[in-house]
Amino acid sequence: MPFAPSRGHRRRPPGGRLGRVVIGLGEQQTLTVRIAVCVKQIPDPANPGRLDPDTKTLVRDEKLILDESDSYGVEMALQMAEATEGEVVVVSMAPNEEFGGLRTALAMGADRAILVSDEALAGSDALGTAKVLAAAIRRAEPDLILAATESTDGYTGTVPVQVAELLDLPSVTFAKSVSLGDGEVTVLRQTEDGYDEVACPLPAVLSVTAGVVEPRYPSFKGIMAAKNKPADRLGIADLGIEAGEVGWAGARQEIVEVAPVPAREAGEILTDDGSGHERIVAYLEELKIL
Amino acid sequence: MGVGTVWVHVEPAPGGVASISLELLAAARRFGDAVEAVCSGGDADAVSAAVGEHGASLLRHLERPAEALVGPLLAASLAAAVAGSDDPPAVILAATTYDGRDVAGRLSARLDTPVITNVTELAVTDGALVGIEPVFGGTTNVHTRFTGAGPHVFLVRPKSFQATSVGGAPAQVVALPAADCGAGGAARVIGSHAEQSTGPKLDEAAVVVSGGRGLGEAGKYEMIEQLAGLLGGAAGASRAIVDAGWVPYSQQVGQTGKVVKPDVYIACGISGATQHLVGMKNSRNIVAVNKDSEAPIFGVADLGIVGDVHQVLPRLIEALQARD
Repeated sequence: MPFAPSRGHRRRPPGGRLGRVVIGLGEQQTLTVRIAVCVKQIPDPANPGRLDPDTKTLVRDEKLILDESDSYGVEMALQMAEATEGEVVVVSMAPNEEFGGLRTALAMGADRAILVSDEALAGSDALGTAKVLAAAIRRAEPDLILAATESTDGYTGTVPVQVAELLDLPSVTFAKSVSLGDGEVTVLRQTEDGYDEVACPLPAVLSVTAGVVEPRYPSFKGIMAAKNKPADRLGIADLGIEAGEVGWAGARQEIVEVAPVPAREAGEILTDDGSGHERIVAYLEELKIL
Repeated sequence: MGVGTVWVHVEPAPGGVASISLELLAAARRFGDAVEAVCSGGDADAVSAAVGEHGASLLRHLERPAEALVGPLLAASLAAAVAGSDDPPAVILAATTYDGRDVAGRLSARLDTPVITNVTELAVTDGALVGIEPVFGGTTNVHTRFTGAGPHVFLVRPKSFQATSVGGAPAQVVALPAADCGAGGAARVIGSHAEQSTGPKLDEAAVVVSGGRGLGEAGKYEMIEQLAGLLGGAAGASRAIVDAGWVPYSQQVGQTGKVVKPDVYIACGISGATQHLVGMKNSRNIVAVNKDSEAPIFGVADLGIVGDVHQVLPRLIEALQARD
């Protein structure tokens, strides 16, 4: 079920944060929702880089792109913003001021970006990343924070709830459907044997599963517009974060070994000549499945 | 010898606890001096019997209001219990499940302690517990240990350890007091829905048949369900067709999604992206059908058929039906 904005939007008094006046609600009221979307810029999964066994760090040769998992949160935020005259802020932490993935999100339609890039962040783990994202998100004062359930490359899946805990906000993870209501969201949350319906007051952090909405492709107009959209480029000092809280020191863990996994033994590969199914039946018989 | 007391987050299930929780208890017994369970919700007697049989001496049980999500309340209560304990745990294990990640993530932020995630193996080196995590689609293992103070939190992937009963008596039950989790606990569960499924569960089935983009269109997924049914197995899917909306997320096999380890895994029209391989490459036997002979799935297949699923599957289904 796609995201469906409900009728009762959050209302703000005139002169509120975004100050947009919406006519047609009986009286003059602003009706806005500001959504922060956490996005990760990752090496193209088709070319994921490698771990250097000596330095035990990820070697990335390619430019970074928007993690496809995050495109769903961006799309959901855009749909909510379009329905409520809201604003979408994309927030990312990346090395070397990498901006390619954020530019994609801006080209899709996000209004502005916050990028945190700092040499002291090298080696940051999920909690360190969450501290940085939480501090950056706090500056944006969003009503709703969206993230993917996990990144494609690191796949820890803990950052959204760590951000929520650091910001003292409720969270609903593994959202497969989200409806925006008046000061709250109703979420269908994936469970082991089905789903729960969860009501959550705003502000809140949601992690959304891939496929929850259909991400749009950036239009040519969007790509051109992205070049002139505002972007805050911050270091950790701007966020009041000490170097020892993040990076290798903050991670308080060390990689002691990087070991290749022995490849599976090569199997029997044959080209179907119309009897391939017979070989499968015979194989299942050998395994006593049949 | 051991690394100290280990607390294991167990998840209630009808009649006891989830199978992944028993796997965690088996892992904890290997290196823990004492193994204690923590659980939110469920029937305390049934949970204590299940965890006791699998080696836990103690069960800390949190009475969870039906409308509360597991993560925020349990994490806050655990953090308070750790802070107030005379014998705080050296290690806390949770599983890479929907609730396990919520608990570990929030607990980590509360205690300001990192988490080692996606662990598929644990080892003790120089007295410290090392978590082993597969990266790059399972082609490389990274061994990581903590350098700071405990408790050390590890998130373990399902199917990594073999659950084994030690025939223990029910664990002693002590109440875990509910802590105030403030605004973090403000979400309310207002309804629960079970999705109807027939046949064995995806992560417990002896045979799993999965379909991918090579099926071409949503309607063709019926072939996968039919084949799974004929083999007494469960039907799975690659991320590509879950994202496309052909099948629900609960059927996804892979890094995101379920980890499966059946006797036979049959991949149909699945190219074998690293995302998918992480979830199935430890299956005991793998059959792949794909028209692209260069598809990475053939790199892990014991039997690979280079062919069109639209040709091979109908013939296979017909052949199996003829046997019945």
